[in-house]
Amino acid sequence: MPVTLNVNGVDHALDIAPDTPLLWAIRDHIELTGTKFGCGMALCGACTVHVDGAPVRSCVTPVSAMAGKRITTIEGIETKEARALQAAWTRHGVPQCGYCQSGQIMSAAALLAANPEPGDDDINQAMSGNICRCATYVRVRAAIKSAAANLA
Amino acid sequence: MVAARSVHSTSRRDFLKVVGMAGAGITLAVALPAVAKAANAGATPAAKAAKSFSPNAFIRINPDNSVAVVMKHLEMGQGAYTGLATLVAEELDADWSQLVAESAPADASLYNNLLMGPTQGTGGSTAIANSWEQMRRAGAAAKFMLVAAAASQWDVPVSEIVARKGVLTHERSGRRATYGEMSTLASEQEVPDPQSLELKDAKDFVYIGRPLPRKDTGKNDGTAIFTQDIKLDGMLTAVVLHAPRFGGKVKSVKDRRARDQAGVVDVLQIPSGVAVLATDFWSAKKGRDLLEVEWDETGAFKRSSADIIEEYRALALKPGLAARNDGDANDALTRAARVIEATYEFPFLAHATMEPMNCVVQVNGQSCEIWNGAQLQTGDQAMVASVLGIAQEQVRINTLYAGGSFGRRANPHSDYVAEAAHIAKAKKGTPVKLVWTREDDTRAGYFRPMYVHRIRAALDEAGNPLAWEQRIVGQSILAGTPFEQFAVQNGIDASSVEGASTLPYRIPNLRVELHTVDLGVPVQWWRSVGHTHTAYSTETFVDELAHAAGRDPVEFRMALLKEHPRHQGVLRLAAEKANWGTELPRGRTRGVAVHESFNSFVAQVAEVSLDEKGGFRVERVVCAVDCGIAVNPDVIAAQMESGIGFGLSPLLMSEITLDEGRVVQSNFHDYPVLRIEQMPEIEVHIVPSTEPPTGVGEPGTPPIAPAVANALFAATGKPFHRLPLKLAEISAGQNPLHKS
Repeated sequence: MPVTLNVNGVDHALDIAPDTPLLWAIRDHIELTGTKFGCGMALCGACTVHVDGAPVRSCVTPVSAMAGKRITTIEGIETKEARALQAAWTRHGVPQCGYCQSGQIMSAAALLAANPEPGDDDINQAMSGNICRCATYVRVRAAIKSAAANLA
Repeated sequence: MVAARSVHSTSRRDFLKVVGMAGAGITLAVALPAVAKAANAGATPAAKAAKSFSPNAFIRINPDNSVAVVMKHLEMGQGAYTGLATLVAEELDADWSQLVAESAPADASLYNNLLMGPTQGTGGSTAIANSWEQMRRAGAAAKFMLVAAAASQWDVPVSEIVARKGVLTHERSGRRATYGEMSTLASEQEVPDPQSLELKDAKDFVYIGRPLPRKDTGKNDGTAIFTQDIKLDGMLTAVVLHAPRFGGKVKSVKDRRARDQAGVVDVLQIPSGVAVLATDFWSAKKGRDLLEVEWDETGAFKRSSADIIEEYRALALKPGLAARNDGDANDALTRAARVIEATYEFPFLAHATMEPMNCVVQVNGQSCEIWNGAQLQTGDQAMVASVLGIAQEQVRINTLYAGGSFGRRANPHSDYVAEAAHIAKAKKGTPVKLVWTREDDTRAGYFRPMYVHRIRAALDEAGNPLAWEQRIVGQSILAGTPFEQFAVQNGIDASSVEGASTLPYRIPNLRVELHTVDLGVPVQWWRSVGHTHTAYSTETFVDELAHAAGRDPVEFRMALLKEHPRHQGVLRLAAEKANWGTELPRGRTRGVAVHESFNSFVAQVAEVSLDEKGGFRVERVVCAVDCGIAVNPDVIAAQMESGIGFGLSPLLMSEITLDEGRVVQSNFHDYPVLRIEQMPEIEVHIVPSTEPPTGVGEPGTPPIAPAVANALFAATGKPFHRLPLKLAEISAGQNPLHKS
């Protein structure tokens, strides 16, 4: 079934089943691999993308629900919040294995866009859905605060 | 995985020493093999060849002035790439910015782990320890040849050339050349004997000891490539239906509906189950959901966790094989006026890496190419060669970043790699990507084994431990693996008892026994291996003894560690930095633990708050580590943070249970792991040292669970002998801090 997905500003016409999760459309059909598969049940956040600016777990979002939506992945995010976060991620040496970090940055970018001065509770709430098995959480928190400070 | 302690040699006898934990200091005979004969296609970028300078198998200096450091170790998050590059840069006197990490091909003749004998592999927190001299000599050899080239080109004495930050200069004549500019001529110089090169004094280090930024880049913008991200022309994705119980076999398959699924290309029966191959993951998974498989469970494992624990508890009452025997613990305990005892229970644990297991394999005639976050390349080569009936050298491996491993990707049976090879064997010429779902990954076994420990101890009149008897019951990780002949001695798998048989406290009568149980559940090393359970039982029980003696837990330990200055050093530092002994605000409590693993020493003080509803939160951890010379203090701090976060999950929430052989858990809803709001603040202090560097990937994990449990014990008077802790166990009624 033909589906059109607007990813990072580009329309992609795909002939895939409507129940295909957005994650697999992005990874296998559009061939952008920065968005990761971790759990398939919206439990770990590795697959986080933005849909019309809001963080969404792409692993449980069927492509059929994406008509007319603007989808942004780690490859396409160019907001000032994302840029500040990526710089802070490097400064703080956040990534270890790195597999979850695209999702962490997408969640954090949505947080900062909505709340330029997040406190610890705000960070907990926004980032709780993003598991990091390397437990880089101390640095994730520090880097979000540091990015927020740099944007202020 | 295996702990490394001893002398390198490629002989099996010495490898035995390594895994058998004999010997003391680390001395490595360093050879610097020449470059790999043939470039390993996928693993090495094309831009090189012509005028690059490769003084040895670890370094390639390119005319564009970039320096490729060929990484013999997997980067799975622990910072190996950064550490190895630091060692090379130090002696090469390169500029940090010119170094680029490149993954080595699988070739144990060039890239073996010097602490694993003739095996290429990463684990046991050995990456820096085994490379410490080798990588520095590799850098020194390259610099020697660059300097010789400059001296010859400029016709000046070698002694007048200065090499600094990737630039050669001759002050008197004002000559100057970058390493890249000198690379062609350098490659014509004589290769020096690496042992003849003088290495820098620690006081002259410019990179070692500094928090240099990491070399495993591309992880902030989605460009880093993991196995999951590999896409090759014509590649198929395979999803496998495994037996619901370990040891189950396929009896019959009805696959018509699966084959009718759009995108599905083939359905194959393989030894580990039924594989569905499709043009993409989602089609393969939908195809798998349509399979109808009948299983032959004649040989399947059908027991439950509760029943296994009962068996283990019963065994713990009986004598086992002695792993250590000082004095006569049994006699001392028989005579003692008062014996304190505890029985501990530890469940199975899954590694639960963020990237579920996966592997890309392409079989072509008599050769095979693999793309994988390979942790034990030599083992994987041997296994795949045997699956395919080809020569081991014909198995080429492109080692990619691993999205976490914690030991899992160093499977001694190459389980998921072999599975991918079986599928690719049936689809010769076609690249196949095996993808496990989270559920597959959680249920595939190779767990940290279940254990029961029973400890009995007695104090003398002065309140010092007189006797300690510890029995450990559980499966052997190494039995039945290629490591068995080296690591299992007289029936004792060293990895089952490490941390207990090596108890550092001065106790005149000390006996540690092991019951090894044969169970049909696949088990494997899990970040810090035996220390995952021995640190918990020993360090919480020591607190119980201190309590019984009416002594402070830090003072009690210090008095028993007089012959172990490095234990004392980290314990003293952690206690001091945590203001041990000072009053805490109401509702707060502290606990401490100290433990040696992988030749590194770590002490942690955990500060825990108890809330009125009976819950608790780990608020802050002060960690002191002695890992010898601190190659990169920021990576060390990151590994302590990571080890602590990793060790909190099995303390607080994670466990795998079996119900009549079926793994009950499947995904992060029923196998919860630590999330950001549960992460404590962490402060890391590194003990200054001139000892050779030792590991940091694992040693941060063992002390955290006992430190937190000891904090709860201090507050509640209740010891915790079963993991994971259940929040409900610390009910408000038992929390004296909130009794008004």
